[in-house]
Amino acid sequence: MVTNITNLGRSGLSDWLIQRVSAVVLAVYAVFMVAYLLFHPNLDYATWSGLFSQTWMRIFSLLAFISMAAHAWVGLWTVSTDYLKHTGARFAFQAVVIFAIFVFLVWGVQVLWGA
Amino acid sequence: MSNLQVSVYRYNPETDSAPYMQEFQIDTQGRDLMVLNVLTMIKDQDSSLAFRRSCREGVCGSDGMNMNGKNGLACVTAVSEVIKDNKLVLRPLPGLPVMRDLVVDMGLFYKQYERMQPYLQNDTAAPAIERLQSPEDRDKLDGLYECILCACCSTACPSFWWNPDKFVGPAGLLQAYRFLADTRDNATQSRLAELEDPFSLFRCRGIMNCVAVCPKGLNPTRAIGKIREMLLSNAT
Repeated sequence: MVTNITNLGRSGLSDWLIQRVSAVVLAVYAVFMVAYLLFHPNLDYATWSGLFSQTWMRIFSLLAFISMAAHAWVGLWTVSTDYLKHTGARFAFQAVVIFAIFVFLVWGVQVLWGA
Repeated sequence: MSNLQVSVYRYNPETDSAPYMQEFQIDTQGRDLMVLNVLTMIKDQDSSLAFRRSCREGVCGSDGMNMNGKNGLACVTAVSEVIKDNKLVLRPLPGLPVMRDLVVDMGLFYKQYERMQPYLQNDTAAPAIERLQSPEDRDKLDGLYECILCACCSTACPSFWWNPDKFVGPAGLLQAYRFLADTRDNATQSRLAELEDPFSLFRCRGIMNCVAVCPKGLNPTRAIGKIREMLLSNAT
């Protein structure tokens, strides 16, 4: 057992599962978005705003944002432990990534429910 | 005269400040030799060349090396299989410290193997004669026990290059599954617990370099997938 404290799930198994499940959510969200844009070639603000005013779309979008946040944390944590051998540089990178993910997530909630 | 141009990685830490490639011309007399034969012919020209070899028939796993960019056993790899532009380029296995020329320090590789406790563990009372196994259960070990620990797979794996102290590597994980799949072994829980962290097993990204280079035709990626399934069914 190799110890680890800055990865998302505190376990390789849970990180791996989070990565797989979040990938499926992101794939479904991406396919939905592309399909929606294809079916609405002359998309205007009212239609777009109408889509995001519905509760199911807000839940779906928040799920996608959380999946993106988890996916990025697991993925970039892995990249940092592969390539950044200096402990200070690696911890700084991980801290910046986690901070950025937090900011983007809160911002995403504000976009979905604000205004 | 049919000349083969061979470029060999040379490094003697006692005399060289840095590794370099040395060129040799070998007269193959038109034959398709094994790479190990070429190396012994080079050794006749320059006896200072160091490389490991023993059984010369793909059983001992001593002469794993990088031939024209691909890991394999020099004794069972024909020159015609790897040659490019009539040139043979021989380098030590990548990722492990070079001790001299084509000889690498396998310490980290063996340490990860040892960590997998590659021996049968069973704390129930031993039967009078032996622990029996059905032919079907024995078949589950095929494709797992044949590993000769040549290290071709682990040293072809980028995950092992970056974290050889933490990631067990394909060779060790194949052996871990060899004992997880063995019905006579009952240390399954402690074996799985050792592999659950983000490095030991999960640093495998499934690129299958191990499968591509294994001289025995084994499939460590499949074994890693099986361990992952066991971990998942154990924890959900």
